Amino acid sequence: MKKIYVQEEWCLKCRLCEYICAYANSGFKDIAAALKDKPINTRITVEESGRISYAVSCRHCDEPSCVKSCISGALEKVDGVVKIDKDKCVGCFTCVLACPYGAIAAGEDGAAMKCELCVENSGGSPMCVKYCPNRAIILE
Amino acid sequence: MNYVIIGNSAAAVGGIEGIRRVDREGLITIVGEEPYHVYGRPLISYLLEGKTDAERMKYRPGDFYEKNGCELKKGVAAVKIDAKKKTVALENGEVMPYGRLLIATGARPFVPRIRGLEKYEYHTFMTLGDALKLKAKTDAVKNAKVLIFGAGLIGLKCAEAIYKRVSEITVVDMADRVLPSILDAESSALIKAHLESRGIKFLLSADVSPDDFQFDILCVCTGVTPETAVAKDAGLEIGRGIFIDKNSRTGDPYIYAAGDCTESFSAVTGRRGVTPILPNAYIQGETAGINMAGGSAEYDGAMPMNAIGFFGKHILTAGIYEGEEIKRGSFAAASASDLSSVSACTLKKLFVKDGGLKGFIFIDDFKRAGIYTALVRERRDISGLDADALIENAGLNFYPKEFRDEVLKRRESRQGIYAGENLL
Ligand SMILES: Cc1cc2nc3c(=O)[nH]c(=O)nc-3n(C[C@H](O)[C@H](O)[C@H](O)COP(=O)(O)OP(=O)(O)OC[C@H]3O[C@@H](n4cnc5c(N)ncnc54)[C@H](O)[C@@H]3O)c2cc1C
Ligand code: SF4
Ligand code: SF4
Repeated sequence: MKKIYVQEEWCLKCRLCEYICAYANSGFKDIAAALKDKPINTRITVEESGRISYAVSCRHCDEPSCVKSCISGALEKVDGVVKIDKDKCVGCFTCVLACPYGAIAAGEDGAAMKCELCVENSGGSPMCVKYCPNRAIILE
Repeated sequence: MNYVIIGNSAAAVGGIEGIRRVDREGLITIVGEEPYHVYGRPLISYLLEGKTDAERMKYRPGDFYEKNGCELKKGVAAVKIDAKKKTVALENGEVMPYGRLLIATGARPFVPRIRGLEKYEYHTFMTLGDALKLKAKTDAVKNAKVLIFGAGLIGLKCAEAIYKRVSEITVVDMADRVLPSILDAESSALIKAHLESRGIKFLLSADVSPDDFQFDILCVCTGVTPETAVAKDAGLEIGRGIFIDKNSRTGDPYIYAAGDCTESFSAVTGRRGVTPILPNAYIQGETAGINMAGGSAEYDGAMPMNAIGFFGKHILTAGIYEGEEIKRGSFAAASASDLSSVSACTLKKLFVKDGGLKGFIFIDDFKRAGIYTALVRERRDISGLDADALIENAGLNFYPKEFRDEVLKRRESRQGIYAGENLL
């Protein structure tokens, strides 16, 4: 199964991946309708410390703490992708407390949200990878 | 190899999934006293609130047992383990031989001596059966006044569960604050005020009897205690719970135990204790399963951590509250008296000692909380981070660079890709 990797020396801090992620998961076709004057609900976070920056999203762990900790069984790893069933999720955020990379967050709808490699949304394949202008995010 | 699991909840599911990571063949028999498909126990309060239903609260899909080659005997209890003969006797007279046994019997409500309690019919709030009974009762008694003994996690979850179904709720406790097992005095004051703003009444530091109150429904949610009855005669070491090591082994090479029925080493203090939370149950169960099937697994100790919400306010905590406090947030002790604004307050508190993070309490300010949990669990050195950096939103910059590279970077060389390619 392919994984997302991040090369910190190539990241430009442009945060385009955050906007693209929010757009890809918004359900809107029009990017302005998705993002203008709205909170950017991104599942990927660009971290900056000093000169260094890098984008962090779910690692789809071999031993996923979030899946093991979920109180409702809403998280499951299927074919290498850790997925969330929002219908089952009750928004307790035990998964947020468990993920060592800070890759899962509270969504606007009250359920948890995380990167699902764009397999469930309009993207089909990771949009952050596709649109990173400097290929700092790769899928291999 | 044939496997028997006593109990059918989170630890048992961990056991099944652990066994199946190693052994796809051996028969697994699950003996569960409750007459249901496995459900997320914490979800019983969400069920009464109407936020989930019988189908969605299933902890694993309907075909789970079948897909995993399991036979589920539900609605039947195990009564005795014969460790010499390696058999388990069930209450229906059946005797089941085992190659490896997993005890995953969880916890029962703990009811202390409460003066006058014997005169009343009361509810507990541990199982789906309990929840359905309480639901029926609140349907039958219109505008009920409810008295709850216990201001801990289960008592307050019970209050939230029935809030819209009854007219008045009073919570009493001997302790001087709500959620004493997971909150310090300040954060507890915030949550109590938040609940009071919803009209829930409290009587704390109170040694009282139900005789002192007028009520229609009585709930006793005074804590839980490990269920060890079936293990009693098996010659295992039992303190408050069945003692297990980091491989989820008991002293008997053929018997494992996991979850709320056990006592194990804490990842934070290193001391033995009961850690009755779901993630711990699953992880200990999975560890047991892998080892039962001949694999090799170890967990890093029981991690005390809780994520729980009440009326839209989210509490995330972990570890122990010792050392220097670093905090931020709009809650100051004074605002506890202002019930109109307290529900909007946030609080983020870290406890630092000897160059390490020992624990934290986050209320409605918990972005990327798991990074802090990892600092606590892995006892990472944070002496290089100043207080401001630490209380700011967490990031992978809290970890050493080598670790970050291991997590994020592609190690092999990437031929044919060069910086700037997407721009062209
Ligand atoms: C209302 C409520 C809210 C909670 N909220 C949270 C939360 O938000 N987060 C969290 O982490 N934890 C929470 N918990 C705790 C969590 O539910 C438990 O830690 C978890 O369920 C433990 O799993 P377990 O498999 O060890 O045991 P249990 O879930 O207790 O299950 C044990 C099972 O074994 C069965 N059994 C016992 N003896 C026998 C026998 N002799 N034969 C056959 N079967 C037997 C029991 O009937 C039971 O079904 C909550 C608990 C309650 C009650
Ligand atoms: S959310 Fe976190 S713990 Fe879960 S798979 Fe992704 S990186 Fe791992
Ligand atoms: S927030 Fe949802 S996905 Fe996360 S642990 Fe709770 S129920 Fe599971």
